[in-house]
Amino acid sequence: METFTKQTVQITLRVNGENHSVEVEPRMLLADVLRHEIGLTGTHVGCEQGVCGACTILVDGAPERSCLMFAVQAEGREITTIEGVTPDEGMSELQASFQKHHGLQCGFCTPGMILTSEALLARNPNPSEAEIREALSGNLCRCTGYQFIVDSVQDAAAAKAVNHTNADGGSDKEGA
Amino acid sequence: MRAFSDWQTNKPHDERVHDNEQVTTSNKHQVHDNVTKRYAKGREAMKPAVFQYVRPNNLQEALSALRDNADAKLLAGGQSLIPLMNFRLSRPTTLVDISQLKELATISVSEGTVHIGGLVRHQQLHEDEQIREVLPVLSKAAGEVGHWAIRNRGTLGGSLSHADPAAELPAAMVALHATLLLESADSAREVPAEEFFLGFLTTDLQDGEMITSVKIPVPAPNAKYGFAEFARRPGDFALAGAYVELSGEGGTDAVTWFGVSGGPERRELSIAKETSDRAEQFKELAEEFDPVEDPAYRKHLAVVVAEQAYQQARKGQA
Ligand code: FES
Ligand code: FES
Repeated sequence: METFTKQTVQITLRVNGENHSVEVEPRMLLADVLRHEIGLTGTHVGCEQGVCGACTILVDGAPERSCLMFAVQAEGREITTIEGVTPDEGMSELQASFQKHHGLQCGFCTPGMILTSEALLARNPNPSEAEIREALSGNLCRCTGYQFIVDSVQDAAAAKAVNHTNADGGSDKEGA
Repeated sequence: MRAFSDWQTNKPHDERVHDNEQVTTSNKHQVHDNVTKRYAKGREAMKPAVFQYVRPNNLQEALSALRDNADAKLLAGGQSLIPLMNFRLSRPTTLVDISQLKELATISVSEGTVHIGGLVRHQQLHEDEQIREVLPVLSKAAGEVGHWAIRNRGTLGGSLSHADPAAELPAAMVALHATLLLESADSAREVPAEEFFLGFLTTDLQDGEMITSVKIPVPAPNAKYGFAEFARRPGDFALAGAYVELSGEGGTDAVTWFGVSGGPERRELSIAKETSDRAEQFKELAEEFDPVEDPAYRKHLAVVVAEQAYQQARKGQA
């Protein structure tokens, strides 16, 4: 029988603006390294085949599946997990909106939903319902039936638009 | 190439994971140390089998690595390969990671030909301005591949070499008369898309070869394309899909189906103007297919998507 020498690699991952030096085997998935090596358990793992979206993280600001990527491949990339978009105290606007609209029940899908929505709103601050549904089509939720999630994202976008207009000193409030 | 021997620590795995000093845990998340420890007690937080990881710095290094490791597989976007590895349905001994080779991720149009690098991601293809302008049908189809997060990583070369019968892009290559450039360490050859796909998950790609780019002729001004597919939920693999090419008067039209047999199915015909005649034509062609599941339903869908693609083509929308 052939025996493989186990190889481990010392890599530095940049997660939520902090550098983490970790020793990994190349076969370790980014999702598992985030959870078990770095201790960021907000990244959830559901299907491990790219279907459910629970493990979605942002890589250089774009949503990607952390279960379909080896940790060694994330070297030099800017990783954002749910911990990275959560303020030290309280909740982000988007998170508060999910709470307000009952956009979650068990919460398993929520980190992936929030991160995908963050990326959507960063690109498209005022998405239509269809655009929200399209963006979130890769994130499964077994609890809410999606409508409340769409409401949450829509309301967060509207709130942002209003805040933005106010901050600009403009009086035009039709923003949303 | 980052030499993988530099990474060899020869330290037994158990010793490594028991050594909690090695695990960097930020203060904020000390509480999760427990999780780390639990996994240190022999439960492995990983699923794919062991492989040798090679990260080449350029195409030449990648091709040499492929040649020198008989069992090596290319890792591009990994959106088909990694799920298979997670379930150990695929256990390559060596992975050659080309995902960072930017030289293969370019799109250009020159002298009536569109050149698309093998490492172009689906989302990049979907959003690219030049593609939107000269091949809107391809832009539209690329936007239907998987979901956003999958499209951000999945690559054209990966999709073509995986050759899933229900995938959008292999059929797009056949419909758009693409030619694939296949390179290995010692040779290069061009293969028309129509000859490349040999059946269910099977292609003409030989050991040591990589799809480095494809070229697609810019369609003639009077040619029109349409694309439609049917999936149960957005982003799911299509149960049936079709591209329709209308060549304008005098020329031959074509329908290229996917999801209805082992690979893309292109049929040339002169598409009837009358709706009922057209339905007959599509039906007759669909009869030849041999879908694995629900044959009657899939053949019915083949007719439906062909008609939708035809309507799209007529409107010249994509
Ligand atoms: S765990 Fe990654 S998509 Fe389900
Ligand atoms: S809240 Fe339970 S899966 Fe979405």
